[in-house]
Amino acid sequence: MPLSASTTSAPLSAASDSDAWLDGLRAVGPVHDQAVECLHDLLLGAARVEVSRRRASLTYVRGEEFEDLAMQAADDALVAVLKKLDGFRGESRFTTWAYKFALLEAGVRVRRRAWQEREVILDSESWTQFAQQTPGPDADAEQAELLRTLSECIGDELTPHQRQVLVALAIDGVPIDVLAERLRTTRGALYKTLHDARRKLRTTLADRGFPVEAI
Amino acid sequence: MTDETSETTIKRLLGPAEREILCDECFEKLDQYVELELNGSAADEKIPGMRPHLEGCPACHEEYEGLRELVRSGQSPPT
Repeated sequence: MPLSASTTSAPLSAASDSDAWLDGLRAVGPVHDQAVECLHDLLLGAARVEVSRRRASLTYVRGEEFEDLAMQAADDALVAVLKKLDGFRGESRFTTWAYKFALLEAGVRVRRRAWQEREVILDSESWTQFAQQTPGPDADAEQAELLRTLSECIGDELTPHQRQVLVALAIDGVPIDVLAERLRTTRGALYKTLHDARRKLRTTLADRGFPVEAI
Repeated sequence: MTDETSETTIKRLLGPAEREILCDECFEKLDQYVELELNGSAADEKIPGMRPHLEGCPACHEEYEGLRELVRSGQSPPT
């Protein structure tokens, strides 16, 4: 079955589509080259859609830069897909599996581009301020007390690194890929730190009698 | 700090209450999860921990939304 980005992506009905992709990409010579070209077209199309979908976060970016972002995302996604081809286990259509690499690369680029000219303040003290937020009309005394205690726990219970990551991601709204780049680490490692910090806060609050399981 | 309600602040700080998978596993299973969900095949039962992770991780949630839209559209993206 000949491959093309337009015919293999929709509607994707059967394993035969995935087999055709795998056969082409594992072939040698012109068949392989054609499959790689089709895959790049497919990934570029997905990256363009994703960059376009997030255009609102890049209002000051010029038109040609969107195309550059999509092309860079497609190029890197192609490398990742070819490298991980043996990891495709057929639990989804091949194209769905491949799309996610393009969306990841496009998303990371858009988030980093949106923050390129913004300063990331690490060790921000914003966690000391949220407890003084004016409670909303529905906030009751219990919620205000929870906020005060949360602020206290962030200061007392977390390690400096956990506090730095939690504050940047959950309070200051720094995108995780931007923070990963600044701290020279990975999204996975940062999220693990965030996860551990959140667990510690939940455990401490539960020990102090707050009904955190309902939050 | 952005202007938001106390409740939103608390949720962002505490994350999901349920046990969640982490980013690497989320990426590994995202394609399968999206197809299960679009096929109405009890995605949350088959991949436990995915839904809470998507609630707690904005970046993974954006990629989930993008993949879901792309697959659901049933059309090849423009090339």
